[in-house]
Amino acid sequence: MSNGYFENYIPILLLAGVVTLLAVGMLLLSYLLGPRRPSKEKLAAYECGVMPTGDARQRFSVKFYLVAMVFILFDVEVIFLYPWAVIFHELRMLGFIQMILFIGLVLPGFVYLWRQGIFDWSETDTSEWPDTPPVTLPGVSLVVPNVVQEATPFSGGSQ
Amino acid sequence: MDLPFLLYTLLKIVVVVFALLTAVAYTVWFERKVVAHMQSRWGPTRVGPYGLLQPLADVIKLITKEDITPSGVFRLVYLAAPCLAVITALLVFAVIPFGPRTEMGGIDIFQITDLDIGLLFILSVSSMGVYGIALAGWSSNSKYSLLGGLRSSAQMISYELAMGLSIVGVVLLTGSLSLRQVVDNQSGSWWGIIPHWNVIPQFIGFFCYFVSAIAETNRLPFDLPEAETELVAGYHTEYSSMRFAMFFLAEYTNMTAVSCVATVLYFGGWSGPVFGPEALQTVLPLLWFFLKVLAFLFVYVWIRGTLPRFRYDQLMAFGWKFLLPLALANMVLTSFVQAVRYGG
Amino acid sequence: MYEILFFVFAAAAVGFAINLLVQRHPIYSAISLIGVMASLASLYLMLGAEFIAAVQVIVYAGAIMVLFVFVIMLLNAGVEERTNRSRMAKQLGAPLVVLLLGLLTSLVYRNFPPDAAVRFGDFPGQTADIGRRLYIYYMLPFEVVSILILVAIVGAVVLAKKET
Repeated sequence: MSNGYFENYIPILLLAGVVTLLAVGMLLLSYLLGPRRPSKEKLAAYECGVMPTGDARQRFSVKFYLVAMVFILFDVEVIFLYPWAVIFHELRMLGFIQMILFIGLVLPGFVYLWRQGIFDWSETDTSEWPDTPPVTLPGVSLVVPNVVQEATPFSGGSQ
Repeated sequence: MDLPFLLYTLLKIVVVVFALLTAVAYTVWFERKVVAHMQSRWGPTRVGPYGLLQPLADVIKLITKEDITPSGVFRLVYLAAPCLAVITALLVFAVIPFGPRTEMGGIDIFQITDLDIGLLFILSVSSMGVYGIALAGWSSNSKYSLLGGLRSSAQMISYELAMGLSIVGVVLLTGSLSLRQVVDNQSGSWWGIIPHWNVIPQFIGFFCYFVSAIAETNRLPFDLPEAETELVAGYHTEYSSMRFAMFFLAEYTNMTAVSCVATVLYFGGWSGPVFGPEALQTVLPLLWFFLKVLAFLFVYVWIRGTLPRFRYDQLMAFGWKFLLPLALANMVLTSFVQAVRYGG
Repeated sequence: MYEILFFVFAAAAVGFAINLLVQRHPIYSAISLIGVMASLASLYLMLGAEFIAAVQVIVYAGAIMVLFVFVIMLLNAGVEERTNRSRMAKQLGAPLVVLLLGLLTSLVYRNFPPDAAVRFGDFPGQTADIGRRLYIYYMLPFEVVSILILVAIVGAVVLAKKET
């Protein structure tokens, strides 16, 4: 085999080993050095002093799932660009045309996603809200920002 | 492959990791100091001169704190998550060239290894970085953590696309994925004054890269996963002592890694004026590299000190509707210009 | 040396795969699957297919598995239940596995004689090689891939929107 080839990767294996040891070492060190005085309250899930209600592991919006799916598809597209870019000096204008075709064919999909509102995470359409007029107090001038309803990523629908 | 090779490599790795950990600890100090001065405060001053020993004190404090494992966590995953975060953060440095090829005993001392697919290696390692955060959020059995983890992973995968696309521009200019070749390709200058750095032809690409990299590292203004006002501390709410510190370490290591990659890809890596005696000539490139990375870290802190946090819907819209098309347009434009330059 | 590494990665791949089946909580299965992907990537790397290895990690371990983990997080999938009902599965399972493995082994032996050993690092899998294959020899199939992606995008949206 071309022995020089894999030799480049041996340092990565070594580094992975060193770094893993380091990470486990840090965990162990604090485990050994730190005190351990557990109590029921201390071990409870953090809820700002309020008793936890329900299970944290609940179901969430399908939106996260959609983003992950769309990510896979575009990731595949981006990956195709790398070998193309590496040999672009051989392909030249032909390569440019190829890629324009490729992207041109995927682009309608992107526009479709956009139009379907896949990238809109806010339920409320804030663009139609009137601008809040600045509130003036005697001597003080301050601008009250739009009180915008917190964008809830776990709300079900997408439009 | 022989024993000296292994030993030298191991030595190199230990030096790099040690230097990195120190640098990261001082990045925290640097950030606290700079942000403090931006807000007319002093920052850490008590421990040592200018608070310089503060990182050391923090490490000792964090290590001797109690490890709290809340009830109801998935213990194995809960413990593996911070390890995963640290490992993926540090692995990136395997391919970063800190200086020109300088051999000592047949081994390049300024880079751990020069891969032909260096850029893809960085992308693949950072794509694995999602798991540390997602699994931490999921295994903690806390609503804040779960929300933080989910938001963060959705954010990271969204911005990964823009990042991958913006780097293609550099690959088009270089024709190689090896980081060393990327730097070598940027040597020289235009008309003897303007350095031949990629940032000039690839300004849009650089902008896309840096913005998406800030989002990838979950820093302000994209730090929604740990938005204190709504999610307490996001995915690491339930982590304490050294386990929390490991996430912290991973975040700052990622910042440093992004700064290094940005320097290598867009700012000519170690290139800079080299003069003087031979010993100085060996050290100067390292110094230039270090200064450039420091400048990037300063920009990180500057942004943190200046911009408010995005809302989540704004963040997703910005990534998908603005950054991704922009990176794509930059790529198409670059390839067209290159095709014309190569002449059909 | 390289043979040892090869067997380490191969054993890791098989070990993770078995763990994937044995674990009862889906999150452990998902993590095992990530392990399988990583081990496979290392094997590709040893054969010389650098680009394929990187793609294996970026697309499979870094994108598709993220989707799996998301599904587990979102659906709050719990520990799988064991039914222990089917007696036929118990009695026939083990012999069938042995039979399958035997068949596979004999096939591999017949088609790949032992003297034609795999040579590490010989596979033409460098990024530029792949690029030439894709963009010069297989231009049309490459362009068709974009239509596949387009269809997948529409499919994903339609599937996800149906419920809401």
